[in-house]
Amino acid sequence: MKSSRTLLAAATLTLASTASIAQAANEVNIYSYRQAFLIQPLLEEFSKETGIQVNLVTAGKGLLERLEHEGRNSPADILLTAEVGPLYDATEKGLLSAVESDALNAGIPQHYRDPEGRWFGLTARSRIIYASKDRVQEGEIKTYEDLADPKWKGRICTRSGKHTYNLSLIASVIAHHDEAYAEQWLEGLKANLARKPQGNDRSQVKAVKEGVCDLALGNSYYFGKMLTNEDQPEQKEWAQSVNLVFPNQDDRGAHMNISGAGVTQYAPNRENAIKLIEFLADKKAQTIYADVNSEFPVRPGTPNSALIEEYMGNFKADEIDLNKLGPLRAVASRLVDKVGFDN
Amino acid sequence: MKTATATLAYSPTRQPRPRLAGWYSAAWGIALMVALPVLAVFYLALFPDENIWAHLASTVLPVYVITTLELIIGVALLSILAGVGSAWLVTMYSFPGKRLFEWALLLPFAVPAYVIAYVYTDLLEFAGPVQGALRALFGWQSARDYWFPEIRSLGGAILMLSLVLYPYIYLLTRAAFLEQSVSLRDASRLLGCNAWQSFYRVSLPIARPAIAVGVSLVAMETINDFGTVDYFAVKSLTAGIYDTWLNMANLGGAAQIASLMLVFVVMLITLERMARAQQRHFHSADRFSTLEPSRLQGAGALAASVFCLLPVLCGFIVPFALLSWYASSYLDQLWSEDFLSYASHSFTLSLSAAVLSIALAVVLAYAKRLYSERRALLFAVRFSSLGYAMPGAVLALGVIIPLAAFDNAVDDFMRRTFDMSTGLLLSGTTFAIIFAYVVRFLAVSNGAVDSSLSKVTPSMDMASRSLGQSASGTLLKVHLPLIRGGLMTALLVVFVDCMKELPATLILRPFNYDTLATFVYQFASDEMLERSALAALLIVLVGVLPVILLSRSITASRRQSEA
Repeated sequence: MKSSRTLLAAATLTLASTASIAQAANEVNIYSYRQAFLIQPLLEEFSKETGIQVNLVTAGKGLLERLEHEGRNSPADILLTAEVGPLYDATEKGLLSAVESDALNAGIPQHYRDPEGRWFGLTARSRIIYASKDRVQEGEIKTYEDLADPKWKGRICTRSGKHTYNLSLIASVIAHHDEAYAEQWLEGLKANLARKPQGNDRSQVKAVKEGVCDLALGNSYYFGKMLTNEDQPEQKEWAQSVNLVFPNQDDRGAHMNISGAGVTQYAPNRENAIKLIEFLADKKAQTIYADVNSEFPVRPGTPNSALIEEYMGNFKADEIDLNKLGPLRAVASRLVDKVGFDN
Repeated sequence: MKTATATLAYSPTRQPRPRLAGWYSAAWGIALMVALPVLAVFYLALFPDENIWAHLASTVLPVYVITTLELIIGVALLSILAGVGSAWLVTMYSFPGKRLFEWALLLPFAVPAYVIAYVYTDLLEFAGPVQGALRALFGWQSARDYWFPEIRSLGGAILMLSLVLYPYIYLLTRAAFLEQSVSLRDASRLLGCNAWQSFYRVSLPIARPAIAVGVSLVAMETINDFGTVDYFAVKSLTAGIYDTWLNMANLGGAAQIASLMLVFVVMLITLERMARAQQRHFHSADRFSTLEPSRLQGAGALAASVFCLLPVLCGFIVPFALLSWYASSYLDQLWSEDFLSYASHSFTLSLSAAVLSIALAVVLAYAKRLYSERRALLFAVRFSSLGYAMPGAVLALGVIIPLAAFDNAVDDFMRRTFDMSTGLLLSGTTFAIIFAYVVRFLAVSNGAVDSSLSKVTPSMDMASRSLGQSASGTLLKVHLPLIRGGLMTALLVVFVDCMKELPATLILRPFNYDTLATFVYQFASDEMLERSALAALLIVLVGVLPVILLSRSITASRRQSEA
């Protein structure tokens, strides 16, 4: 007994002493849903310019809940996300605080930030249609609505309807029409699928290249990632087999989503947090931040990367208030269940 | 502590005697502590954002349930076939490669499920080398020209999970076969059983508890796997949990599904226990006659070799080769000093958690032995194993809630009393990760320690206690030396499990803190397996070493007892 107690005590002590508690003075702490390798270069640049040390935790889920339960003692200053969904959820839970920053208000268009300043978009991407160069004529598909047209029967590929990118698109269809229309549209789209939804966005484009389908839904930045992929050169061929279609250019514009950031309710380093977001929204960082992931800068007038200029130059973006789409994601998710989209 | 009165360790005691109360309360304390995260998830389940069941029941619930059952049954059957079959062969027969297979059959255990899923997708999909070669061979052009099984499917998921989970069953079953007294088998043969009947009617029933523990571990691992089912778009209940939590913003609803799954797991385990409640076997761990494996010849020998080779080939050699090939082509880009820190993080976290969970399991198992009549304690001990059947990210939330509540309570108190803030003491530290590991893998160490200890005959306790040893003395001087092998096994298995753990580690980790697993995830989740190959390889290599040690200690234990 005694020895097992000693063992326990010793173990606990060793653990406690290895625990690293951030306690430097000049720093900023980030809970990030975005992968470290995508943001590390910029964060290093920020530290170099300002002398502020950046601390990072990344995860695919659960950080929102960690922030919530840590409450006022949470060390996190910034919640950084790869899309608008978690930012919206965090504002709903009251985890983010309003930021009044002239630099941010001037640098980021209204439709890419929260009207109350609780979150700011930093990069933007569109959900577009990848169409086979060989089997789809230019102008043959023009809108998201067209995807439900029976002429495409057995010719469309997409990843799971439950994936957040698709839910966000379905939410926007609900917002622009209504739930009943969206359900019908989703049923029509399902009837046109060439195969059960599976894989990720890139593998849909690959399926087009392989002749499994003629149209695929995917986020715009994957095109850049495939076209410049030196690790797996075969991905260049996938990208070269498709044309990019930015839908609904004659009406509302292509569906957009953002990656962004917000300052937490109890940020211990609030000033530094605002500094970092301003840095990320500034001209210099905007170019790099967007380019790292082949995304679009949110800041008007920021030059696009050469690749984006060549393939995605000028298109009309849907400017709907992203906060409107927030609560519609759950509705979209239930629609996906209802029409058995993934079955 | 010396006294002449013999306390019969296994006898019902109405009141815990003061000198034993330590064991009793320690066991309760541990059980409660470990149950906290599971209780926290139950707590979450009380506050759903809206009722999801009407919607689920009318839409996808049947699919979730049927898919989950198919997945569990499929993985269990395939793992039993591979695990029990190969354990029987290497224990009872000699054939080419047997010595090698004894330990090689454990190797797939070191490969994380999410890694093997990525590897086989790379290999078997349309653009991969296998189909590419077929197309070149037969002159096919596109995917429409021929049929090829789809790896991203329920069948694929069953195969992937079985490949990395069967070693649980192999490990426990082989140990059970080795422990069986040869005289039993000899008797059965003398009484006219042939080899198959002797296996089926004598060896298998005696090994059943071990197989059952193995299957329940495999089933729980399968239930909480998300990496593989997500990647293969398999609609299991776990996928439903994450969907409800993240897409419908209804964590309470997700916790309800998770809690129901636990109830389901408890029912399964209880049914199995009831089914073998009447069977008890003790053997005084000495005096085996030497096991003479029968030599297989010709076709039989070949079949045995192939049977054992297949799981090792698919579960270890292929993924290991592919990872090595990726790693070697990217070595210059991949290797950095950081790797040493990731590896040391993985190693220290896993080792601490393994040692801790074995220590706790010993306390629990021994308290159970001393107070075997106390139902409530038995229940508490079993309850403490439930963390294993919870999806990792959900369990992580269950860890965050009590730790953060504790931190904030201490902080509140300190602010009010001394006007100073203590901030977060436990949340966001490595303690949180280790706590999560212990909660998650206590089922494994409990199972192993408990089954070893239950094989020690109660007459040992009586002898020791009547000779004046205290309860603790008996444990230290008699039991622990006897079950050293079981402890070692538990330690190594939990260690390897922790090395591979991903979802909870990601959510709970401190700032700027990576382990090998989190590093693998960073790139693998973005479809860049080649960039994480080196880290994945290191997980496998660090995992392989204990696996080999494990196998040697099991073989040695047999030889010692034969001596």
